[in-house]
Amino acid sequence: MPAKDPTRCHVNATELPVIDHSPTPAQWFLPRQSLQTLLDQLQRLGYEVVGPRIDQAAIVYDQIESVDELPAGWTDLQSPGQYRLQPRADDALFGYVVGPHSWKKYLFPPLVNLMRSTKTTDGWQMQDEPQEPRRYALLGVRACELAAIAIQDRVFLSERYTDPLYQQRRHALLIIAVNCTQAASTCFCTSMQSGPRCTSGFDLALTELPTGFVVEIGSPGGQAVADDLPLRPATEQERESSSLARKTAFDQITRQLDTTNIRDKLMTRLEHPRWADVASRCLSCANCTLVCPTCFCHSVDDVTDLTSDEVIRQRHWDSCFNMDFSYANGGAVRDNVRSRYRQWLTHKLASWIDQFGSSGCVGCGRCITWCPVGIDLTEEVAAICSEPST
Amino acid sequence: MSTLPKLAVAKFASCDGCQLTLLHAEDELLAIADAVHIANFAEASSRLEPAPYDITLVEGSITTQKDRRRIVKLRSDSKYLITIGACATAGGIQALRNFADHQDFLRAVYARPDYIQSLATSTPIAAHVKVDFELRGCPIDKSQLLEVIASLLAGHRPRTSSECVCQPCKRRGTVCVVVANNQPCLGPVTQAGCGAVCPAFDRGCYGCFGPAAQPNMLGLSDRLLQPRMDRAQSARFLQTFNSYAPEFSAAGQRLWQLAGQPKPLHPSLASSPGDTHPAAVGQGKETTEE
Ligand code: SF4
Ligand code: SF4
Ligand code: SF4
Ligand code: SF4
Ligand code: SF4
Repeated sequence: MPAKDPTRCHVNATELPVIDHSPTPAQWFLPRQSLQTLLDQLQRLGYEVVGPRIDQAAIVYDQIESVDELPAGWTDLQSPGQYRLQPRADDALFGYVVGPHSWKKYLFPPLVNLMRSTKTTDGWQMQDEPQEPRRYALLGVRACELAAIAIQDRVFLSERYTDPLYQQRRHALLIIAVNCTQAASTCFCTSMQSGPRCTSGFDLALTELPTGFVVEIGSPGGQAVADDLPLRPATEQERESSSLARKTAFDQITRQLDTTNIRDKLMTRLEHPRWADVASRCLSCANCTLVCPTCFCHSVDDVTDLTSDEVIRQRHWDSCFNMDFSYANGGAVRDNVRSRYRQWLTHKLASWIDQFGSSGCVGCGRCITWCPVGIDLTEEVAAICSEPST
Repeated sequence: MSTLPKLAVAKFASCDGCQLTLLHAEDELLAIADAVHIANFAEASSRLEPAPYDITLVEGSITTQKDRRRIVKLRSDSKYLITIGACATAGGIQALRNFADHQDFLRAVYARPDYIQSLATSTPIAAHVKVDFELRGCPIDKSQLLEVIASLLAGHRPRTSSECVCQPCKRRGTVCVVVANNQPCLGPVTQAGCGAVCPAFDRGCYGCFGPAAQPNMLGLSDRLLQPRMDRAQSARFLQTFNSYAPEFSAAGQRLWQLAGQPKPLHPSLASSPGDTHPAAVGQGKETTEE
């Protein structure tokens, strides 16, 4: 792995100062009408800004040029298998929770061409597909999403296996986090120690107030951006209001996942009858893994044209819920929904710990909301772990 | 005389939409013509060369006695026989007669039903002859068709996915219409191949590519469809172009039964369509583990 550029690369979240631990973290104030200045400046610095906007009856992540594109005055109402946009009483820009998209689509795109082989008179010529370098600034990253990015860093940027595409995009990335000031019924970041407060892994972190944003600076890169913003020190009252707003999110979180000894609890209950029960409800549709900000599974296919003179090697998102995903030597290893659901849940919450040193779940609740039949992993875990091991 | 593999396209009971997909492959037709010799394709050329053929693409279902005999002959004339589209692979929309009285349909539609000579059932090609590969869709997808032809020429298995529509739906960034819009959608039980077109245009998938691998029909019927529509509506939603695909057929019949309007299969089909239907082999009913 090449040397990191300290102003741009925050790959290892633990290297960053944990702001809440310093006695008086510097907090600044950006007036609401100056948010556009931030967007303009990011564009001037050569970033493609991506952030929240309304599309297809949801708040998704997409390219943003103007503050007018943000979902001002909208929020989301979420429960298992259900998501509804709702107007808010105020015109908050970030007054929603997390939606159907996650930032992984920018760092680990759903479909990429990796390589091209062309048949020539001298045999096959193989060439890596050139990847256009991308410089994204993510606007509106929540605490659970910062944790998810840190998890994917461990997957794609390990010493032994580094994904070049992820690495380029990650190193060029600028993260503008936004602290949650409300939570959905599906959120359980407090159980996963991933939120709702953004404590590390960002360049700038904002807390929204009616008049503007309380800003924290999390990195030299964030500092460089902040230097050119019309910031002033936040007043005592602004700091207090922002802390109160963040507390609202914390207080609204009701969903829980008991992670005590969860690895052993799940791994000693692999024959629990609840696995068959959930398999009768689960459609094995893979939505939960594709909306999950940490799931990284993919397949690589060779795609040929009619003459078979040109072969393009493509990588696309795949999932352990897909039967062919475990195809090996003449058949699928996980040949039924029960074993596939069990693979998913035990990978997320148990074997991920062995593999990467942390849970694979950050408690964002997407898999609960976006399961078309509303299966809730926290409920399944509770049912499986409540009884003595089998 | 060309040394290229000879391709034929044959039509049975169908709307011609799948053959049109081949004609619509304008950008690729020249490459196709370089790779195969199109020997018999009535929709494209009146020059029809006699059998044998190396690759025969079959569109349509079997609905007459005459076609029953014709498909047997065509099979013996063809090295590879590939069925294309929901009619050929599952009986098509016309297989709705399999759950109804065929005579009622004839009387409702034709002024002189006595002129019509057709079977009481519409059945997939594979119920009559061995099929080498089934390409799903209503209509089929152009890239999948090209992939099947290319794979035959290169001598490998076609790379068509067995995943369900939700996966391409998520890859293209579509927001789930079930969760965000309370619409019914057959995506979780339908085989991918269309690129998840319908949800991208704000409507649920209606299953035109037929059942995906190991579809959980009970879970879908009771937990996705029925909270959004009544049983009869759910049954109708499931029983369109692939109504006679084994999994959709069984789930539809169960829903009609629950709705108090049983629609049993025509007696000649009373044994499960899965018995003869290759879609049920290898990707049909759930096997129990261990
Ligand atoms: S899980 Fe926590 S951090 Fe994530 S959106 Fe919900 S409240 Fe915010
Ligand atoms: S849960 Fe499944 S899809 Fe997600 S990373 Fe693990 S194996 Fe892959
Ligand atoms: S498993 Fe579910 S709650 Fe956990 S990170 Fe993934 S989508 Fe979020
Ligand atoms: S848990 Fe829900 S989202 Fe996940 S595969 Fe099963 S039905 Fe689909
Ligand atoms: S819209 Fe349909 S196909 Fe797309 S994810 Fe939802 S259920 Fe699946």
